[in-house]
Amino acid sequence: MIKVLYFAGLREALGTAAEELALPPGVADVGGLRAHLAGRGGDWEKLATTKNLRFAVNQDMARADTPVTEGDEVAFFPPVTGG
Amino acid sequence: MSISVQHEDFDLSTEVAALRAGQPGVGAVVAFVGLVRDMNEGSGVSEMALEHYPGMTEKALAAIVHEARQRWDILGSRIIHRVGALQPCDQIVLVAVSSAHRGEAFAACEFIMDYLKTRAPFWKREVTPDGARWVDARETDDSAAARWARPES
Repeated sequence: MIKVLYFAGLREALGTAAEELALPPGVADVGGLRAHLAGRGGDWEKLATTKNLRFAVNQDMARADTPVTEGDEVAFFPPVTGG
Repeated sequence: MSISVQHEDFDLSTEVAALRAGQPGVGAVVAFVGLVRDMNEGSGVSEMALEHYPGMTEKALAAIVHEARQRWDILGSRIIHRVGALQPCDQIVLVAVSSAHRGEAFAACEFIMDYLKTRAPFWKREVTPDGARWVDARETDDSAAARWARPES
């Protein structure tokens, strides 16, 4: 299983803050997971269309080619706006 | 090196006093305080809510402080970032740095703040007369952080 988290405007758009799912077959990195989730259609397409979407794997900033493996925590969110 | 993510307000004098207490080698303290403004992008702001990513937030801030310590000879640092509901005039963030001389403290404080703005997972949602909206990231924040980039070696 992997844990997937969504924050801020993306969380609101998806109506979900967190979910656990089996690592989908063929998904090896963040970009693959993003495409898989966007493939659910409807609001989930926002994962594909959101500009400047940011990612983290195990609470470190990640890139589309960052590997995702069993047990990982992956987060998707808009650019940060703290401070 | 102390980092807090909290709902409660903070007192600048208390924090600076704690940062330099019992440290006669400290010759300089630089502190930045960020505040909620009542105006953003041309609209009045009556309320703000700050969301964050518990766990990653603390990890990201610790990594930023670690990098600052590698770049400058700083003696201590204190970061407080508030989350939850805030009003105009409220304090949002404190970054305070102590060092022997002012140059190191000024640079490290600005560096920590610039990196916090672009790397720490906080998001602002503000309430305006037209309704609530998520604050967009600013390109000027990216360029401020980019100033500190080192050439790839």
